[in-house]
Amino acid sequence: MARLPILKTPKCLVGGAFIRSESGGVYPIHDATGAFLANFPQCTRKDLRNAVEAAAKALPGWAARSAYNRGQILYRLAEMLEARAQEMAEALAPGRKPSADALREVHAAIDRITHYAGWSDKFQGLLGSVNPVASPHFNFTVTEPVGIVGVLAPEERPLLALLSLLLPIITGGNTVVALASHSQPLPAILLGEMLAVSDLPAGVVNLLTGNRADLLPTFATHAHLRALSAVADARERTDLQTGAADSVKRVTLLPSESPIDWFAERQQGLYHIRDFVELKTTWHPVGA
Amino acid sequence: MASKKPANPARELLFGDLWEFDPAPESASPHIAPRYDLFINGKFTPPRSKKYLASISPRDASKLSEIAIANAADVDAAYKAAAAAFPKWSALPGAERGKYLFRIARLLQDRAREFAVAETLDGGKPIRESRDFDLPMAAAHFFHHAGWADKLAYAAPGRSLAPLGVVGQVIPWNFPLLMLAWKLAPALACGNTVVLKPAETTSITAMKFAALLGEAGLPPGVVNIITGGGDTGHAVVTHPTAAKVAFTGSTAVGKAIQRALAGTGKRLTLELGGKAANIVFEDAPLDQAVEGIVNAIFFNQGHVCCAGSRLLVQESIADDVLRKLKLRMRHLRVGDPLDKNTDVGAINSMAQLERIRALVQSGLDEGAELYQCPASLPSKGFYFPPTLFSNVTMSQRIAREEIFGPVLSILTFRTPDEAVEKANNTDYGLSAGVWTDKGSRILKLSSELRAGVVWANTYNKFDPTSPFGGYKHSGFGREGGRQGLLEYAQLV
Repeated sequence: MARLPILKTPKCLVGGAFIRSESGGVYPIHDATGAFLANFPQCTRKDLRNAVEAAAKALPGWAARSAYNRGQILYRLAEMLEARAQEMAEALAPGRKPSADALREVHAAIDRITHYAGWSDKFQGLLGSVNPVASPHFNFTVTEPVGIVGVLAPEERPLLALLSLLLPIITGGNTVVALASHSQPLPAILLGEMLAVSDLPAGVVNLLTGNRADLLPTFATHAHLRALSAVADARERTDLQTGAADSVKRVTLLPSESPIDWFAERQQGLYHIRDFVELKTTWHPVGA
Repeated sequence: MASKKPANPARELLFGDLWEFDPAPESASPHIAPRYDLFINGKFTPPRSKKYLASISPRDASKLSEIAIANAADVDAAYKAAAAAFPKWSALPGAERGKYLFRIARLLQDRAREFAVAETLDGGKPIRESRDFDLPMAAAHFFHHAGWADKLAYAAPGRSLAPLGVVGQVIPWNFPLLMLAWKLAPALACGNTVVLKPAETTSITAMKFAALLGEAGLPPGVVNIITGGGDTGHAVVTHPTAAKVAFTGSTAVGKAIQRALAGTGKRLTLELGGKAANIVFEDAPLDQAVEGIVNAIFFNQGHVCCAGSRLLVQESIADDVLRKLKLRMRHLRVGDPLDKNTDVGAINSMAQLERIRALVQSGLDEGAELYQCPASLPSKGFYFPPTLFSNVTMSQRIAREEIFGPVLSILTFRTPDEAVEKANNTDYGLSAGVWTDKGSRILKLSSELRAGVVWANTYNKFDPTSPFGGYKHSGFGREGGRQGLLEYAQLV
């Protein structure tokens, strides 16, 4: 007699815990064959606010980690994903045999994590400076995390795009609340499991699934989110920036109308980190 | 039993009380024209609106000049000129563009005194400040950025820089010419062309600067300067040709601009308000700190976005600091900004004077304790005496809202943690001051204060090489240094 397998209930990583929506709401996802895959949490604005709170708790500790330590933790995440690459490739196309394309996405994602693991102790020197002011002061500019950052991932490339948006933010010492692809949420659920065992402190990355239109206004207006990074259509871009104005948030947007090559070299690097750091200039007196 | 003699109070020399100072007005001519038109495509052009506003000198409330009011069609003409000038200007070799900026720096230095007098007459700041700070610093900004124009390849490792196109810039009235320099110099160095709007009450030095551009031989249309009020500003920031908008001013207007630009894809940098904490620890050199406190809040009549308007004093020295501060304030000379002995000049406008008065009244209503130095203010013009509030709590309006005037609110703290918590308990995050003898404490505080600029044992220092700008509701983007330069370029 064939054994009946145990199915996994998808849960979101928030504050280091795996949660269902506080509302109890779910939405079903079907696999490539049309068969029922699972019910995913339909996260609400309340879930989002709770996630922001978790991210706020995690922020001081994460920001204070040494650059070297952040790099080690990111590299550990790459190790976790490499070890479960096959499973992740299956999650990218549930119900089908993993395609070469799915594996390519997973491998690119792993390499992207490694790329940022290496940036953790280098961006400061390149973005900051010692400034030759004309008065007797040692004047220097350093980077600091901007704070809690909201991420709205696109529908496509549910792993690589999500990670490409997340990684520069956490590399910079910020914490994140991200909304995963609505139509392909499984990779984000799996990523959550890997983040939870990668030595990343609880609350540094919080991953929600659910309806974008429900959550977008709260992402835009939540005063504790200091920046947003989103792939968004024209109307969403207007809404995000309009909502962001009241708390003077920084908003980094990629238009969803034109296809984005997430594999491109340009989708990673120093200047993505720069979007989510503050620059602080200190004037220190020089004298006896 | 010898009874203890009461200690003699320290003898004080309060010259202001004993002798009148002879007037020492700066005598250089400001060469202010009776009327200023718009500067579009290298020519002074009457506004299509046919309207002018009176430019009032806050020094004596007299009319200095008439300033054109640009309407939407004028703004459009300015953008057309800037767009037409862009291809040639951006294609110039960087070294050539740089030479124009060097010329501008030199021409400003040549006529620094004349511009300083005009700045003082127009804005009300003491001649000592416009002469020794605004003008030299404006020239330095052009000089610094001139050198960037042919070195852009070094500004962003791994990438090269390209200009953005036409940039729309709106600047405030507190440092009219200096803010113009902060905006124009990096924009031009990167190869952009510009439409700039000075503040309604302080347009004169910008228009004098426009004339100087002709002398520098700057190609027509590269810089267009248009004047007017809020409607003109709105037309400048919302014009479809603007690839980027840069604004320095109030947080309320900054938010409105961010909203107005939503969905346009335009770049935006905002340098907005502040409510800076100036933190004095018990080990600070007190006399030096008192000088710093005075400079932090009374520099430019407190019309400074990064003014140290919240003084946080460690409880153990609060009485001492307050006593020394009151004494020091009595030595401040308040009055005619054109007088070379004046420390605190005129409030920029009647509207601003009323705002200051209203906030000071709120401080009294909410129970704070007021001290103002005895000063006889000129009978004409807009003046407000240096003011200090003690017994202030964090919830009072004078501790939360930007006053933008010579009004200091004093609070106390016991531990460094409490100082940081109080300092950060504000929506703003532009600047902060730390006074202590301990270097390690300076660096710790600096890393904990959520503010873009931290001054240790000094205050209100600026330099073209040093990035300036805020956290939180004080805006985003930096001005000055490599970081500021990059706000005017796209990475390719």
